[in-house]
This record gives sequence, structure tokens and C-alpha cells, in this order.
Amino acid sequence: MIFYPLGKYILLLKAVFRKPEKWNIYRKEIFHEMNSIGVGSVWIISIISVFLGMVTTVQTAYQLVSDLIPRSIIGSIVRDSTILELSPTISAIVLAGKVGSSVASQIGTMRVTEQIDALEIMGINSPGYLILPKIIAAVITIPLLIVISIGLSIWGGYLAGTLSGAVSSNDFILGATDGFRGFTIVVSMIKAIIFAFIITSVSAYQGFYTSGGALEVGISSTRAVVISCIMILFADYLVAQLLL
Amino acid sequence: MIEINDIHKTFGDNYVLKGISSTFKEGMNNLIIGGSGSGKTTLLKCMVGLHEPDQGSVIYDGRDFTRMNFEEKIEIRKEIGMLFQSSALFDSMTVEENIMFPLNMFTDQKKKEKLDRVNFCLERVNLAGKNKLLPAELSGGMKKRVGIARAISMQPKYLFVDEPNSGLDPKTSIVIDELINEITDEYRITTVVVTHDMNSVMGIGEHIIFLYNGQKEWEGSNKEIAHTDNQQLNDFVFASKFTQAAKEKL
Repeated sequence: MIFYPLGKYILLLKAVFRKPEKWNIYRKEIFHEMNSIGVGSVWIISIISVFLGMVTTVQTAYQLVSDLIPRSIIGSIVRDSTILELSPTISAIVLAGKVGSSVASQIGTMRVTEQIDALEIMGINSPGYLILPKIIAAVITIPLLIVISIGLSIWGGYLAGTLSGAVSSNDFILGATDGFRGFTIVVSMIKAIIFAFIITSVSAYQGFYTSGGALEVGISSTRAVVISCIMILFADYLVAQLLL
Repeated sequence: MIEINDIHKTFGDNYVLKGISSTFKEGMNNLIIGGSGSGKTTLLKCMVGLHEPDQGSVIYDGRDFTRMNFEEKIEIRKEIGMLFQSSALFDSMTVEENIMFPLNMFTDQKKKEKLDRVNFCLERVNLAGKNKLLPAELSGGMKKRVGIARAISMQPKYLFVDEPNSGLDPKTSIVIDELINEITDEYRITTVVVTHDMNSVMGIGEHIIFLYNGQKEWEGSNKEIAHTDNQQLNDFVFASKFTQAAKEKL
């Protein structure tokens, strides 16, 4: 049962990565998608990141009841949990909702209104033209969004900790900088790239094979978000298991 | 010229096309007619490669399209123009960008040359000056005409038209039919039109195949259709009292 859609997904990816008809047209599309996926998501990612950091600080402080544990540990916990898990995974899930549903509905609408057939008739490799720019744009911009998310999340944690008095400014900065391992950033970026690929390719697959009308476009869009979220969490576990 | 030989197509248990053969000649309006569900759009999609026939061949001027690989099919498709039932204009692009799109993709022309070609195509379909409009700002008839302009922008050898009159008023339908007829004649294109519009059948049907239940039931011209004794075709063409009365006067 899973093999048929999996096979179709792999065949679609094979078509996506065929040599483009004209690179300069694809390049324009890539910049357009980078603007849509990347710049268009900065605000939502910024807002959730600040709150993620704030909540992490408050909850960590709440659980640290022992006087034997230094308060600076709050900074370390916020830093590592943000870099390794919260920023990449939560941002990816939010982006699956925002970007994934948009990709699936855009391509799905093109399918049901015969626009994809029109591309095919012109001799254009429609999976390549429609999906490749989205994948490339996401793989470039989503890691950048996650870097922004990490920065803002740690800043949000600092703000919540110092304003509430849960941790002093010096303790938080000491914890956030002490024992920092650059490898955590590498893991985070690997996750970001994998998640970006999952969000765009899974959503594009759902849109590309839509058949019917407006109702089916909606169903494809919902399915794109649900499957992307599950795949993101599955990939998250795999990467953690393999790299940490 | 396009030859189709023994085309079969099934979707699951649904046997849609049951061995259809015909020849569509150059410079001629070839019509595929039939009732809803008779398989005419499926046949058209098999001809252009949007569906793979289970059996049979589609031959474009001696080139067997059904046996070609992806790259070879692309070369044939560059010679094909198609007007879709829904017009299938790209929503995010203006009229000008829609028509210029295949030129951008497959030619190395300068912008001025491409723009000249776009303007020529728009003039040809009586839409000069509508370059900057978006598809959402066009009426149904205008969308069809932009679809025709896009289809002829690459100077195709073969033109496929799926239900050109659906959703249009009778007067606009005649304008679209006449446009298809003029373009076919002027550029010596092999045109294949899928329709169930009787005005089109009588007006531009130089060569007609009638599909019934997935089979070719009848083949002839608009001049012969009024005198046919084929029961299925008579039931289809002269279904209304108006057309029955018109037939009696012939």
C-alpha cells in the first residue's frame, strides 16, 4: 500500500531533477520562490521563535528547584534545546503549514485547471519547472530562517529570564556561551536542509497528483501538511539517532 | 497529417477507447464528436501524449509518437499547439507573458522580436492592446482567444482544440469557430477539434469522426452528416426538435 505512492514520489523526483530547458528562466523562478518562501516567512518565524525561547526559559527555571544547580544552566539548556530541537523542528512544522499548504494548493489548482497539461503540451518538463525552483529556494532559505530563529529564540529566552528575575543577565550569558559546541549548529543545519526538502517535495507531490476540483485541492493541501509534519518528526528522530 | 491506429485505452475496469483508427489531414478541420463519456477527450489526450494508450499508435507525419522517448516527444510537442476547454491560461501571468512563455522557453529571440510575435498573435485573434491584462480580467471568449494566440505563438504544425465553445454564447462560439477555421486554412495546420456543438459540426466539420461508446461509429464530412442513416449519429446530431425540423427541410 505504501509502495505505490512511494514509487510515484520517487519517479516525480526523478522528473524534477531532469536538466532544465533554460536555466535563466528557472533562476528567475528560484528568486521568486526565495522571496515567497523565505522573506514571506520571516515574520511568523520571528514571532514564534521569540516566544519559544521565552517559554523554554520560564519552564526550565520552574523545574530548577535545587540550590545545588547553578542558574546559568538555564542559558545552556535554552541554547542547546533551541539549536538542536526547538528552532529547526518547530519552525519546520510551522513552515509545513504555511509553505506546504501554499505549494500543494498552488500546484493542485494548476493541475485541476489544466495549466500543468498546458505546460506538458508545450514540451516543458512540468515537474522540473514547477517543483525544482521551490525545492532549491526552500533548501537555501529555510536554513537561513532557522539561523534567525535560533538567534531570536535565545534572545527571547534571555529577555524572559532577566525580566522575570528567573536568571540574571550575567548567568544567562555565561550559560549560553559556556561549553558551546559548533557541531550542534551543523546538526541543526542538516535538519533544516532535510526538513526544507521534505516540506516542498511532499507538498508538491500532493499538489501534482491532485485530481478533481476545488474540494480535492483542499484535501491535497491538508494531506500535504499532515504528511510533511509526520515526515519531519520521523526525519528529526533519524538525524538525532544518527548524528548525536 | 496525423494517423491514429487501433487506439485502446482503459482506466481500471473502464474500457474507454476500443480500437480507434483514423487519419487527420493537413490544412483541414478534423472534428471528433460524440456524447458525454464517449471517449473523445480521452482520444485527444492520447494523441497529444497526456494519456498513454494501452495499445495502438499515433503517427505525426511518419513519426511514431507512441514509441518515442521523453526527449523525442518534446521535439514533437514543440510543433503542437493546444487550446484547452478551460483555456488553461497561467493565472499569475499577464496575457503578454502567457503568449510569450513558450517563446521564452524554447527560442533565443530578442525581447523585441518576441514582443512583435506576441502583438501579431494578439492582433490575429482580435485582442490587440490587451497585453497587460490578467486572465482573471478576461471574459470566457477572450480567454479562449488568448488560448488560441498562445497556441499559435510557436507557429505549430498541429493544433488541438478541446471543446472550444463550452460556456460561450452562440455568437462568440461562431467567432471562435471562424478563427480556428481561418488559422487552419492560413497556416496549413492539421487541426483536431473535440466538440459536441452542432454549429461547429455544421460550420467547420470538413472531416468528422463520431465516437459512440468508445468506438468509431461513423466517419465523414458535414455535407454527409445530414444524409446519414446511422441511427446513433442521427440520435446524437438531431436530438432536438429544432434540428429534426432543420433536417426535414434539407
